[in-house]
Amino acid sequence: MMITSRRLLNNAAKAPSRSFSTAKKFSLPALPYNYDALSPVISGNIMELHHSKHHNAYVNNLNAALEQYADAESKNDVGKMIALQSAIKFNGGGHVNHSIFWTNLAPTKEGGGFADPKFHVVQAITKKFGSVEAFVTKFNSQTAAVQGSGWGWLGFNRNTHDIEVITLPNQDPLSVTGLVPLLGVDVWEHAYYLDYKNARPDYLKEIWKVVNWKNVEERYLEASKK
Amino acid sequence: MTYELPPLPYAKNALAPHLSEETLNFHYEKHHRGYVNKLNQLAAEKPAWAGKSYEELIKTESGVVFNQAAQIWNHTFYWKSLSPNGGGAPTGKVAELINEAFGSFDAFKEKFSAAASGHFGSGWAWLVRDDNNKLQIVSTHDAGNPIKDGHIPVLTCDVWEHAYYIDFRNDRPKYIATWWNLVNWEFANSNLNQQRSFL
Repeated sequence: MMITSRRLLNNAAKAPSRSFSTAKKFSLPALPYNYDALSPVISGNIMELHHSKHHNAYVNNLNAALEQYADAESKNDVGKMIALQSAIKFNGGGHVNHSIFWTNLAPTKEGGGFADPKFHVVQAITKKFGSVEAFVTKFNSQTAAVQGSGWGWLGFNRNTHDIEVITLPNQDPLSVTGLVPLLGVDVWEHAYYLDYKNARPDYLKEIWKVVNWKNVEERYLEASKK
Repeated sequence: MTYELPPLPYAKNALAPHLSEETLNFHYEKHHRGYVNKLNQLAAEKPAWAGKSYEELIKTESGVVFNQAAQIWNHTFYWKSLSPNGGGAPTGKVAELINEAFGSFDAFKEKFSAAASGHFGSGWAWLVRDDNNKLQIVSTHDAGNPIKDGHIPVLTCDVWEHAYYIDFRNDRPKYIATWWNLVNWEFANSNLNQQRSFL
């Protein structure tokens, strides 16, 4: 019958073809400063390894996982897509977290370590924790206590319009909690071992000298926009 | 009762050039000893669990107490899994069981290395004997220990970054390749004679 053939023709034209999703290629962002710019708080040795080896590996592994994911998707292999999710979370999280981290740090001569009292985020911190020192103490105590590898975060809660200190394991990005990242501190051993060995609390004490409060303020202003 | 740090089975420079004296110094004196100190600190408040063996604590506790006890146990087991006279191909019962479970030593080596390199974040790669007396490769995260699942540990490889960062930086696969030069097959064989329960 004519109608059936027309329907068949229409359906054939709409038949799902091979997925067009080509895996997006992520790339390693450049550091906003030289490898040794944060020395002696974080040595050039660590910065180079951390950026060119660790972060780079997350980027490469993320791209590889996404390529495999796109391939699995084109073959409608949902089982394979699910199996790849943890690699995407690990490496994607690693890429996201470190990309934020590099911007959260700055050499002292570029404002690193200076929590300007005029900054809205500094005022919010003072209001909530009593003082920047009290906030740092709490942040450090929670972050030092991370078991194994993970991160300490200052995040912004869009629902309550409040700032929160929270830690997350492995490379879980802060986005899994719904909070907007303002400041992250990496406490995987690779972040500090060559300079501080096992003394994670010493690393946490020192890192505040290179925290880029201008960047934290920018992120806070962006996150708290109505 | 205070918890004690078991002595290292060999001198700190005994595993060089594979693992440096510097690594053993930090790994044993700072990390391993640090867990013992912390457990003693917690035990000083005289909680109900104070005085229990590491194995009992592993089986019954959680959180920070579990973490210290398990890490003390794990590291003691790790030092024994290595030997200055180690390396090479397995012999004895463990060689038999490896062939049974994995087909060949090379196949086992590949699988174990993949498990150890591929573990994301901190943790341990284990060769264990399971309920059916078969060998299995398992990885645990952070302070995880396979006794909790009723397995008998046979060998372990520490893949926390502190285990290899001084000697190998980020190159965990190279560290694992080195682990094979130190693996203590005698210790593995002695663990095959372990009773079912660790208590």
